[in-house]
Amino acid sequence: MAITAKIDVGDQGLLVSLESFFRSILQLEDISAILVPQRLPTKNIIMPMLVTDPSYLNNTDPIAPCFPMNTAKLVSRLTRKPICGKIVAVLRPCEIRAFVELVKLNQGRADEVVLIGMDCLGAYGNRDYFQFAGDDVNKSTTRFLESTLSKNGSQVDGFELAQACKACERPIPYGADVLIGLLGIDYRDHVMVQSRSPSGEDIIGRLELDAMKEPPARKGAIEALVAGRIAFRDKMFAETAEDTDSLEKLAILFANCVNCYNCRIACPVCYCRECVFVTDVFDHYPSQYLEWSRRKGAIKMPTDTLFYHITRLAHMSTACVGCGQCSNACPNDIPVMELFRTISERTQKAFDYEAGRSIHEHPPLSEFREEEFADVEGIN
Amino acid sequence: MENFEPTIIAFVCNWCTYTAADLAGTSRLSYPKNVRLIRVMCSGMVDPQYVIKAFLEGADGVLVSGCHPGDCHYINGNYKARRRIKLLKEILPHFGFERERLRLTWIGASDGVVFSETMRDLTAQVKVLGPSQAKLTMVI
Repeated sequence: MAITAKIDVGDQGLLVSLESFFRSILQLEDISAILVPQRLPTKNIIMPMLVTDPSYLNNTDPIAPCFPMNTAKLVSRLTRKPICGKIVAVLRPCEIRAFVELVKLNQGRADEVVLIGMDCLGAYGNRDYFQFAGDDVNKSTTRFLESTLSKNGSQVDGFELAQACKACERPIPYGADVLIGLLGIDYRDHVMVQSRSPSGEDIIGRLELDAMKEPPARKGAIEALVAGRIAFRDKMFAETAEDTDSLEKLAILFANCVNCYNCRIACPVCYCRECVFVTDVFDHYPSQYLEWSRRKGAIKMPTDTLFYHITRLAHMSTACVGCGQCSNACPNDIPVMELFRTISERTQKAFDYEAGRSIHEHPPLSEFREEEFADVEGIN
Repeated sequence: MENFEPTIIAFVCNWCTYTAADLAGTSRLSYPKNVRLIRVMCSGMVDPQYVIKAFLEGADGVLVSGCHPGDCHYINGNYKARRRIKLLKEILPHFGFERERLRLTWIGASDGVVFSETMRDLTAQVKVLGPSQAKLTMVI
């Protein structure tokens, strides 16, 4: 039986009550650490912190519209070998989906980690967030929370959510072990906490929280949010498809790509230790460049840009969770996420797959059936 | 475009399609010179990036050809190849490459005649499609 309980908020504010909730989890005897977004003591920035001492659990802030990296990669680092003790990770829904993909690719293990997910209100791009937060991170988070939840708008102080977040149709962390609900809940008084797996139930059960019922308003609030996101997403898909329907247009989209490969490094599901694009295969002989140039009269340098992006689409689009970190990492503001989401929507549909949906479905390119896809065989 | 001679890159598996090509040769059967064979040990080792590279370098058509389902020398490589072709057929048309430019066939080791016929048909089909866009644009 799933447990639904409440975390009282009251006068102390949401951030402080979440902090004490996380502290009570860390104080459970079998939990050895918690990975949680926290404001750094040294600088006004929020990063994931691995906390083992409850007294160091302060300035916790899982709500701030700050998304410096997809933390799934860090959870995979923490769980790739047995750690002899449970850890808890507080993640965004897209980070949970990415971690599910990584577990299926044998890049992490789910049995020693408890995932806590919160209704995601979205985040700003890195540069926007720094400006938005200014000197007072806590105040800016409250401002973001108030205007996003009460006015239900994505714009606060003229700052807009990242494109990926505006197009995200999966803001509810259904894949978490413990879900913290904000939408459709009177968050000034309390928030909802719900177990979604046996390990989540075990933890919530031991915290002695007051039980509550999921408020009926929640379903409507979620539906309204998702409907808006889907409308935005579909418009984005249509525009991107239009903008990239030939190689020439694709070359325009990537015209200012400098082959820095930041998008690949930021991508949570690009897990190869050594990407083929940094191996000797691409250390072309100098004469090769001249040969290419002679064939066409001129070539754009650096070369292999479209080759890289299309290959990455082939290699990881079935695992793309749409977190948008590729666009966030791009130094030249190329709409990488827009293209990758557009294509992965197709490739995932082709295999009836959804990245991060279930830990039990095999990645499409790691399995096969004897009878399938007759439409791609033959020349007629 | 009357005299358009397409370039077709064919990744053929060592155990079936390449052997069929060999048989076609020893049987004195001809096939169009447009097809450039690349022998691979198994159709299952053709990474999508090989196909993408071929297209970006200006191939007008790409063929991946292996053993019939159930006959793979490595048990199931051809089934994996089929999934990769399915994947590429979702991605490449998005960028303006017609679906028909990428083909997957199964040609058994004893199918010398089938091999030469398939290559002829394929070449004729790609001729109708005309030159690929990568040939015409400045992309590497």
